[in-house]
Amino acid sequence: MSVIYVDNNATTQVAPEVLKEILPYFNEFYGNPSSMHSFGGQVGRKLLEARANVAALIGAAPEEIIFTGCGTESDSTAIWAAIRSYPDKKHIITSRVEHPAIKNLFEYLSKNGYRVTFVPVDRQGHLDLDYLYKNLSDDTAIASIMWANNESGVIFPVEEISRAVKEHGVVFHTDAVQAVGKIPIDLKNIDVDMLSLSGHKFHGPKGIGALYVRKGTKFFPFLIGGHQEGGRRGGTENVTAIIGLGKASQLAADHLEKDITRVKELRDKLENELLKRVPKAFINGDHKNRLPNTTSIAFEYVEGESILLMMDEFGICASSGSACTSGSLEPSHVLRAMGVPFTAAHGSIRFSLSVYNTKEEIDFIIEKLPPIIKRLRAMSPFWKEQKSAS
Amino acid sequence: MWEYTDKVKEHFLNPRNVGVIEDADGVGEVGSLACGDALTLYLKLDENRLIADAKFQTFGCASAIASSSALTEIIKGLSLEDAKKITNDDIANYLGGLPKEKMHCSVMGRDALEKAIVNYLGEAQKKVEGQVVCECFGVTNLEIQRAVRENELTTIEDVTDYVKAGGGCGNCHEQIQEIIDEFLGRERPAVKKPPRLTNIQKIKLIEETLEREIKPALKKDGGDIELVDVDRNRVLVKLRGTCAVCAKSQITLKHYVESKLRELVTPDLVVEEVQS
Repeated sequence: MSVIYVDNNATTQVAPEVLKEILPYFNEFYGNPSSMHSFGGQVGRKLLEARANVAALIGAAPEEIIFTGCGTESDSTAIWAAIRSYPDKKHIITSRVEHPAIKNLFEYLSKNGYRVTFVPVDRQGHLDLDYLYKNLSDDTAIASIMWANNESGVIFPVEEISRAVKEHGVVFHTDAVQAVGKIPIDLKNIDVDMLSLSGHKFHGPKGIGALYVRKGTKFFPFLIGGHQEGGRRGGTENVTAIIGLGKASQLAADHLEKDITRVKELRDKLENELLKRVPKAFINGDHKNRLPNTTSIAFEYVEGESILLMMDEFGICASSGSACTSGSLEPSHVLRAMGVPFTAAHGSIRFSLSVYNTKEEIDFIIEKLPPIIKRLRAMSPFWKEQKSAS
Repeated sequence: MWEYTDKVKEHFLNPRNVGVIEDADGVGEVGSLACGDALTLYLKLDENRLIADAKFQTFGCASAIASSSALTEIIKGLSLEDAKKITNDDIANYLGGLPKEKMHCSVMGRDALEKAIVNYLGEAQKKVEGQVVCECFGVTNLEIQRAVRENELTTIEDVTDYVKAGGGCGNCHEQIQEIIDEFLGRERPAVKKPPRLTNIQKIKLIEETLEREIKPALKKDGGDIELVDVDRNRVLVKLRGTCAVCAKSQITLKHYVESKLRELVTPDLVVEEVQS
C-alpha cells in the first residue's frame, strides 16, 4: 500500500537534493569544522555556505544565524536569553495558541516567579492585538508570538505586532517553525529580534534548528561550552544536518513562489471537495489568512482518532486535534482557545500538504474520506439526534 | 500512535452489532459529546430473561468503538444476573487488553450495561449520586471511589485513565488524591506497632535473622551474605559467592533480604549493598 502523506506540519520528507548534498559528509568529508587541518577546514567552509543559505531565506545576515538542535531549542534559547539579559523584568507575554515548545515553557515560568500574559484569539484564530498591546510594559522581558499556527495554519500579523512591541522597547521573538519555507519571510523589513525555525518542517533533516538573533540583541547562550557558533551555542556542529538545512533553505528560496501556488491549489481542491461532499463540516480558522498548505476541517459528531485510523487503512496520513490521539482527554488547546465547539473539536482533522503531493493523491482522499465520515456517523448516537432534529 | 491489539483493530474496523433496537427492553446511555466519547446500548431479552440481542451506537475513538462491540458480543446469550457481573476488565480482556490511557473506554461499556439493566428492571434511574468532583467531565466521588476500589488504582493518573476525572483543568486533583488516600488508608491492614528495640536488640535480631532465615536460603543458590554494619535503620551488607556476581543481586537484596528483615525485625529497615 502506498503512503499518502498529508501531515507535513508534523514533519516532511527530506528532499532528494538535500539527501544527496548531505551523504558525502558522513564518511567522506567527516572532519571537524573547527580543526586546523584542511580536511576539517573544507567542512567549515561548507557550513559557511549553509549559514548563508539559511540567512538568505529569511532576509538575514549569516552572522545572525545560530544553529541549534531543533525548533524547541531555538525557542528555549530565545526566551532564556531575554530573561537572563533583563533579570529585573518579571513579566512575559505570549499567545494562547503557541506550540508546546513555548506554551509549556511559559507555564513553567509562570510558576517560577514570572507574571505571564496569554493573549486570546477569536473564533477565526485571530489574535486580540489590543489585549496584547495593552499588556506590554516596562516590566515585560519578552513577547513571543508565533508567525503561523501549526494546527489552523492561521498567520499572525507579525510585522504589525513587532512594530508595536518594539515601540514599547520590549524584545520580540517569533516561533516561525511553521512559516519558514512555506511563505516568504524577509526580516530586512520586519523588526523581529529573534526568530526560530526548524529544518524538518521544510524538507531538511530532523534534529536541526536555527535561531535568528538580530545584530545588537542582548544574548545569553542556552548551551554553554566551546567556541562554536561564536560562543553562542557550544557543542560540535551537527555538520550533516546543518548542510541539509542549508540545502533545504536554498531549495525553498528558489522555488517558494511556484510551490506556494501549486500546493495552495491542491489544498483548496481538497478542502472544497470535502466540504461539498460531507455535510456538517467546516474549516477551523480564517480561510484567507492561512498557510497555503494547511487546512483544519471539523467533521461534526465523529471523533478524530477513529477518522485517522480508518484513513490509515488506506495509507492516508493526517493528524487530528482530538483528545484521544494525544493521550490527553481534552481537544487541542488551539481549537479550544478558538472556541471551536466540542461537537466539532473532537472531530477536527488537519491536512498539511507539501510540494510532493499530487493531484491523484488529493483525488484519492476526496474519494475515500466521505464514506468514512458517513460510516462513523452512522455509528454515532448523536448523528441520529441531529438528523431527527433537523 | 497507540499500540492497539489486533483484536481492538479488528473490532474497530468491523464492529459487531452496530445499530438501534427500536423495541428494546433496556437502554443505557453514557458519556457526552463534550467528553469525547459516548455510548448508547440497547438490550432485547427473550422469555427466559436471557439477552437475546444487543446493539450499540458509539461516538468515540477506536478503543471506544471496539469496547462497545466487544461488550455486545460478551453479553449476548447471558442471563441478566450473569450480565450484571461483567466488569470493565472483562471487556478489556476480551480485546486482549487496552492501552492504560484508554481503560475508560471499557469502564464506559460497563456503565452502559448497568444502566441498560436498571432501565429494564424499571428501577428508578438513580439520580446523580454523590457529588461531582471533576467538573470538566462530570465525574462524582462515588464513581471515583468505585474505580479506585475495583481496579486498585493508586495515583491520580490512574483515576484519569479509568474514569477521566482529573484529565481537564486539574482543579480536582486534591480531592481525587483524598479519595485514593482514604481508600488506601482503609484497606491497608492496621500496622502492628512493633515493639521499640534498643540498638543492641536490633543488631542482635538482624544477625539472628540473617543466620537463621536468610543465609540458608541464599546458600541454596550458592550465595552468602555478611553483615557489615548497622547505621540507624540502614543495614549494610556484603554479598558473596554467586550473589556477588549475579546481575540479579540487587533484586535479591531489595526484595528478599529487606522484606525478611522488615518482617522479622522492624519495618523501617533499608538494606544496602557495600562493595567489597
